[in-house]
Formats: sequence, structure tokens, C-alpha cells
Amino acid sequence: MIRGVIIMNDQGKPRLVKFYEFQPMEKQQELIRSIYRILCSRAENVSNFVKVDSLFGPDVRLVYKTYATLYFVFIFDSSENELAMLDLMQVFVETMDKCFSNVCELDVVFNFNKVHTILDEIILGGQVLETSSSQVVKAVEEISRLS
Amino acid sequence: MNPFSSATRMRDMIRAIRGCKTAAEERAVVRKECASIRAAISENDQDYRHRNLAKLMFIHMLGYPTHFGQMECLKLIASPGFPEKRIGYLGLMLLLDERQEVLMLVTNSIKQDLNHTNQYIVGLALCALGNICSAEMARDLAPEVERLLQFRDPNIRKKAALCSIRIIKKVPDLAENFINPAAALLKEKHHGVLLTGLQLCTDMCKVSTEALEYLKKKCIDGLVKVLKDLANSPYASEYDVSGITDPFLHIRLLKLLRVLGQGDADASDAMNDILAQVATKTESNKNAGNAILYECVATIMSIEDNSGLRVLAINILGRFLSSCDNNIRYVALNMLMKAIALDCQAVQRHRVTILECVKDSDASIRKRALELVYLLVNENNVKSLTKELIDYLEISEQEFKEDLTAKICSIVEKFSPEKIWYIDQMLKVLSEAGNYVKDDVWHALIVVITNASNLHGYTVRSLFKAMQKADEQETLVRVAVWCIGEYGDLLVNNAGVLDVEDPITVTEADAVNVVETAIGRHSSDLTTRAICLIALLKLSSRFSSCSKRINDIILHHKGSFVLELQQRAIEFNSIIQKHQKIRPALVERMPVLDEATFSGRRAGSVSAAASTSQGAPPKIPNGVAKPVSPPLVDLLDLSSDDIPAPGSSGGDFLQDLLGVDLSPASSQGTNQSQKSGTDVLLDLLSIGTPPAQSSSSTFDILSPSQGNKSSANVLDTLVASASPSVQSSSMMDLLNGFGTSTLVPVAETDNGPTALTYPATVAFESNSLKVTFNFSKEPGNTQTTLIKAQFMNKSPNIYSNFVFQAAVPKFLQLHLDPASSNTLPASGNGSVTQNLRVSNSQHGKKSLVMRVRISYKVNDKDVLEEGQINNFPRGL
Repeated sequence: MIRGVIIMNDQGKPRLVKFYEFQPMEKQQELIRSIYRILCSRAENVSNFVKVDSLFGPDVRLVYKTYATLYFVFIFDSSENELAMLDLMQVFVETMDKCFSNVCELDVVFNFNKVHTILDEIILGGQVLETSSSQVVKAVEEISRLS
Repeated sequence: MNPFSSATRMRDMIRAIRGCKTAAEERAVVRKECASIRAAISENDQDYRHRNLAKLMFIHMLGYPTHFGQMECLKLIASPGFPEKRIGYLGLMLLLDERQEVLMLVTNSIKQDLNHTNQYIVGLALCALGNICSAEMARDLAPEVERLLQFRDPNIRKKAALCSIRIIKKVPDLAENFINPAAALLKEKHHGVLLTGLQLCTDMCKVSTEALEYLKKKCIDGLVKVLKDLANSPYASEYDVSGITDPFLHIRLLKLLRVLGQGDADASDAMNDILAQVATKTESNKNAGNAILYECVATIMSIEDNSGLRVLAINILGRFLSSCDNNIRYVALNMLMKAIALDCQAVQRHRVTILECVKDSDASIRKRALELVYLLVNENNVKSLTKELIDYLEISEQEFKEDLTAKICSIVEKFSPEKIWYIDQMLKVLSEAGNYVKDDVWHALIVVITNASNLHGYTVRSLFKAMQKADEQETLVRVAVWCIGEYGDLLVNNAGVLDVEDPITVTEADAVNVVETAIGRHSSDLTTRAICLIALLKLSSRFSSCSKRINDIILHHKGSFVLELQQRAIEFNSIIQKHQKIRPALVERMPVLDEATFSGRRAGSVSAAASTSQGAPPKIPNGVAKPVSPPLVDLLDLSSDDIPAPGSSGGDFLQDLLGVDLSPASSQGTNQSQKSGTDVLLDLLSIGTPPAQSSSSTFDILSPSQGNKSSANVLDTLVASASPSVQSSSMMDLLNGFGTSTLVPVAETDNGPTALTYPATVAFESNSLKVTFNFSKEPGNTQTTLIKAQFMNKSPNIYSNFVFQAAVPKFLQLHLDPASSNTLPASGNGSVTQNLRVSNSQHGKKSLVMRVRISYKVNDKDVLEEGQINNFPRGL
């Protein structure tokens, strides 16, 4: 199961926070800070996986990737395939790219509820819902049309 | 109004927040916004409700309280329009949790929306339900969700499938309702629906054995076919990722097959072929392909044994290890860690590659590889692996050295084929990373060194050489100084040179120089300095040419600000100056430390027993000196130099008596010596001191040093076991009394007429010795048993210095009379007897039990035998 998805910038400011297991707000902020600290201290040219069982419990890992000024973070447990999470993140980013045509941090900031809609079409309740970015784009466009 | 472009004021708010230079400014902006939103809420402002909620979500993300907006979510969800509902559901997922009672109020709205004619509204409701559904909601809404699994639009079906997962996780009893519709999803052609259907089935198997059985029976062939078609499909659909057809679907299929194949040989058989195909045909130059391979390996490892497939799988992981992608290496190491339990041999084949990963630039990969290597070590490869690791230790990064050192030490200790190798490897580690070596490791090294009597010279010379090169490694310095103190003579006279050694010439002055440098170094800590002082004391008697200089160095520390060092310096100085006669005995070489006792202690109550010696060096640095040596020195002071009998008296008495040597321990003072020292002391402590202890001068000496409880007890015990009848008032009498052993035991009351009779028992028997116990009861005292122990020598050699010791649990009290002789004639020609008196405070409830330790000298060799006696007759 995917436990959470976080987008934050290189200053540690959260840009999108979604936990699939409820976390009280104080705890959320604490987790974001801890994760930011971990990511900051990662050297370059190391693997994208970090064990975070101290924050989330046994066998929980996160995968992260940097795109321009943004960190993308997926937190997941041992029932997920690490390498597939990396691909899923790619799907997420590609979809945003299509929706915003060359996504940048500002797009995420000012359209954070659209980003939520995109994410909700990819992951539901911590499970992978859809992996085709064109399908996701189609669904998001339908929703925009209705709103 | 377009909700995605956020109404102007939403953008304004974000802009204002972004424009804030400080956190305080940001708080002010947020406070203002929250105030206006609260105002709008209390006015029940409908037009801006969803815009306000959107703002609140942003504010929530930044970490400000937003609970006052919760009811607004509910109102929005209940409103008819899609845009309102959308924001309402979004807010519901972000701001509320399943534990809040507010959630109960929304169940009805969700139910209506699940039945809505607009499928996008149905989608919103499913999404929210899948994220926040509680057990109550699951029960209420399960029928709706179940029905939606057959909805015409695939987007709704896939959402319903994932929503079902949440429901059956919350209420596993509901799983049976979902079995049929879920199994039907496995026949879907739509990739998205199939993907979620597979996920639903996998999770269902986890909560319901019924579902598991059903799927095993009905679906395996179908799943294998789907996977086969997928793997063979050349067509790049919209689901392909970098040229690999739908890796996610591959992975979900493999995962469900894994669940179904686990522990089921037939099911496993049915999927072998396709697994082999996926494992061999999938391209491995892309992440997506590797993800499939990785999942396939996991499945092969989990299903029932097929050794051919497993080797194939482990070889895939081996190939992963040489990948240039860190992520691939990382997951491969994780998986190999699991694989090692299944097929160690297959993993061993990739040892070289794994060893390379220990040197990886990525710390997390290094760490995992090191753990894996650790698991791979065995008797056959320990030498080559250790060499590789130690070589790497030289060039590894600082922060990795601690882990690496700990693992190397552990490997060396566990698999060492011979002592010389062990000592060599530890020396290398100490020289490279001595500052990272844990205390128990170098303690263990010293125990091993003392036990390798043929290597003493070699060891001390090697250490001396190593010290020349790496004198900044604290633990190396400690071990080296300790050994120079013990075996300094072997260093100088080159005794016992091994073939492999390069000869060196060291003068007495050189050796003292090394110790002097070590004690003077700023970085040396208290433990090191204390060890240095003891080494100097020992050398003072061994190196006559340097005696004066050594005394000067010791004198220099009389002014030390550290109490411990000052005290030592003063004591040692007085030994050197005033007690010439006993000094040789006092600084004799440490006897062999008992390896079994040490390792037992180390493994067992490390925290309790060893903490005094290891854990708190500042309190009792070099603990021995404190609990044992000061009283001993005091004692010797009191009875003055010449009195306590000739030659190696004082120390040897204690040594003989306790079986472990207090004499070197007292003057020596490493933590090990204290360890084995206290060990014996502890054993003896449980004997309990005789109540009739006279207030002899021994106590007067000891009473000022309250902290020396153990040593006080040693002496109690000494008094007790040596001559309880004497009650002597001076230590001298005591020692004389013991030394001559001619005293008539008071408890010579053999079987009286009224005593009950018990059968004689062979309490202890070894190849060389037999101990027989004769029991009798003191008339009128049922608790006390008199035991007459008879010792018989089964070997053809005479045993001298024969000492029998016993220890009992706390509920017993033991009283030992002196033995009839300390020489045991050969071949059973006569015996030695000794009387014991045991009081059982739990008489009738617990029976007697006793640990014994017998030491003696045969052909000039010390022998120690130990055992536990459980076969006492009942009713004692």
C-alpha cells in the first residue's frame, strides 16, 4: 500500500500533501520536516530509496525524485514493488506535464487542487488506480469540463 | 467559474502567503484569512463556500488548524452542483479522518451520490469512500459499492474495485460478498479495471481464506493465460512504459500468482513455465523491465520450491548487482537478503559481486551489502572475505568505519580457524580503526591472547610494531600497553620467535618509551592511562635497568588531577619503594583468563555484571584496582612487608583459594581480570558469610572503603572457608592458619546415633577425579546437613595445591571446613576429605544444589574442573 504522496520544494515547503492513512496535522508537519531533512542530506548519485521505518513503522520506504525545484516523494510499504513506484512517479509527473504543459513549481502552487484531482485519478486509497497517463488526462479533463 | 484556476481571491491569498518574508508575516496573513473564512462560515455564505474551503485546504497543507471548516465540507457535499461536491469531497479527504463523528453525518450523502445518475459524481463519492471509509460506513455502503463493480463505465468499475479493498480491510467479514464480482474482474480486458481487480483479489486473499481457496481453484489458469498474452504481446499500448507493455499489470499478476502459489505445490507447478518465460524474456535495460523481473524473482522465491527457477532468480539478482543503476543494486541486495535463507549456495556464487557493493559509493547500498556479506561468511571463505573487508577498511569513508569494524570483528570472532589468525586480524583492525572498536571486542582479544601462551611473544612484538605506525588508535594502544606490561620480557629477549616473524630488536628503554608516550598523549583517556600505569608497575620488576625511570614516571602522576590516577600512582610508588619483597609476586604475569566465563558473561548479563567493569570506566576505571587491590595493599601494609610469609605468599593464597588469581588481578587491573575476578567473587558471594564472623582487624581495614563490598566479601569468604573455627583477630593468624591447614575442624560430628542416614552419593566424577559425598544430619536441626566430601584421584599423577570450592544459591548457606590435606595421592591411594555444612532455609520445599570448582596442579600444570551437583538425596 502507498502510505502517502508529498511534493515539496527544495526549501522544504510542502506543495502537495496526501496521506492515505490519517495523520493528525501536527504529525503531518513533523513528518514533512523529517522527510525534508532526510532528502537534504542525501548525496547525489545514490539510490532513490530510503528506509523510513523510524517515521512510519516497520518496512516502510520512500522513493523520491527531484524535478527542477521540486521533490516528489512516495511513501509505501513492503507490499509494493520499489521499482514500480519509481515508474508510477514517472506516470504522475508525465500526467502533470500534459495537464499543465511543462509543469513547474508555480503550476503546482496555484493549482494544488487540480494536482489533487490528478493524483486521485492515479492513486485511490493507497492503491494504484490507473497507470496510463493519457487515461488520467482524459478523466481530469472531463472533470474540469464539468466544474 | 473555473475551479482549477481558483477564483481570484484564492490566487491572491496564495500570492500573499508566498510574498511573506518571515514566518511571522505568514502567520499574520493566514490569521487574517482564517478570520474572514470563519466570518463567512458564520454568515452561512453560500457563494464563496467552496472557494473558502479550497483556501482552507491550502492553509491546512501549510500546517495551520482548520477544524472549523469541517462542517463546510459536509454542506458542500450535500449541495447539488458538481463543483461544490468536488471541493467538498476533496476537503473531506484532507481535513477529516475516519475517527471523527462528523463523518457519520456524511454517510447518507455518499450513499445518494453512489446512486447518482452523473457518473462523475459517483466517481467522486467512490474516491472519497476509498480514502476515508470507516467500519460503519463500510457496512452501510458495501452493497452500493458491490453493485458498482458491474457498472458500465470502466472508470467507475476500477474505482469501485479499490474502494472494495478499503471496505474488506475495515470489515473482513464482508469479503465473501465480494468474491464473485472480484473474480469476474479478472476476466476484464480493460487494463485499468484488470489492474484494480487483481489488486482487490490479492487483498481479499489476505483477509479471507475462503477467497484464497476459491481463486486457487478457479483462477490460476486464467491468470497464467493473461500473463502469457501480456508477455507475448508485441503491441505497445497506451499502457507501455519505455517500451515495456504495461509493467504494472505484469507486476500485479505476478503478485497475485505469488499469493496463490505460496504453499501450494500444484498451483506453483501451473505457473512455473510462465515465470520462467518472464524471467528469461523480459528486457532488463529499462527500469520498467527490471521492475517486472524483480517482482518475478519475488514470486519465484515465495512459491513452492523449484530449484531450477530459484537459481535463475538468484542469477537475475546477481545481474542486478552489476547494474549501474543504484536503485537496481539496492533492491537486489534486499532481495538477496531474503534469498539467502532459501538457497545459500546460489547466493554464494555472487559473493564477489556482493563484495564489490560493500565498496559502493552509495551508503545505503554499502550497508546492505555488508550485512549480506556478513550472512555469507562461513568457515571456508572467512579468510578471503575478511582480508577483502580489512583491505577496504583502510580506504573506506570515516562514517562507514564503525559499521565495518563491528562486522569484521564479529566475523573474526565467530569464524576464526586459529588463534594466530584471530590475533593477526584483530591487530589489523585495531591499527586501521582502533577508535571504532567496541570495548567488549578488545576485552575479548585480551582473553584470547592470554590463552594463546605460545603466541605471547609474537603478539607483543606485533603490537609493538603496530604501535610504531598507528599510535593514535586508542584501543590498539590499550591492548599493546597491556601486553607490553604482561609480556615485556618476551618483547625484549625475543623469546618464542615464530617463523613468520621479522626479528626486531627492542631494548627495555624502548618498551618503556612506548608506554611513557602513551600515558603522556593528550588524547589518551583515563582507561588507557590507568592501563599504562599498571604496565609500568609490572615492567618495574621485569626491567631492572629502567626501574628508576619507571618510578619517576609513576611519581610524576602522583600529582595527577584525576583521583584514580593519583591514587594508583601513590599506591604503585609505595609498592616499588617499600615492598620490594612482595613486588615480584604482586606483579606476576596474569594467569590465563577463562574464555568460557568471559564469553558467557559477555553474551549474558552484559549490562548487569559487566557494567561495573565496562560500562563505567570513569567510575571504576580499570576496576580491579579499586575493588580488589587497595584492600590488598592495605592488608599488606598492615601486616607489613616481611610478615605475610615467604615468597609468593599473599597473592598465591588468594589465588589458590579463589581459583582465579587475585594477585595479578590486583596489581594488573584490566577490565578482563576484574571480570573473571568478580565472576568468582559473585559465585562465592552466594555462599553467604557465616554469621559468627568475628570483628577481626580485617574488617577494620575494610570498613573505610564502603564501595569495596565485593572485596570485603572475598575476605569474609576467605575467613569463612579458611578457618571458621579460628576467628582470628589478625590477618596474619588467618593466613598462617590456612597455610598450615592443621586445624581441627569443629564440625567433626560424624553420623551420630540419632542422625538419619542417607546414601552416599558420587557427587562429581571426571576422568581424573571422583568426589563422593556422605550425608548426615545434625541431631535436632533438620535444616542443616553435614556433608563429608571425599576426593579420589583417578590419575597416576599426584595432585598438589588441591582446592575444592563450592557455591550455593541464596536459600542455602554453606560452610566449608579446611580439607584434610591439599595434596591428593595418585591412583586412588588414599583420599582427601573435607567437611561441608549446608543449611537449607527452604527445607522440605527445595532440595540442595551446589556448584563446585576444583583446582589443583598436576605435573606443574594448573587444572580447573567445574560442575554442578543436582543429585542430592531428597529431603536434605
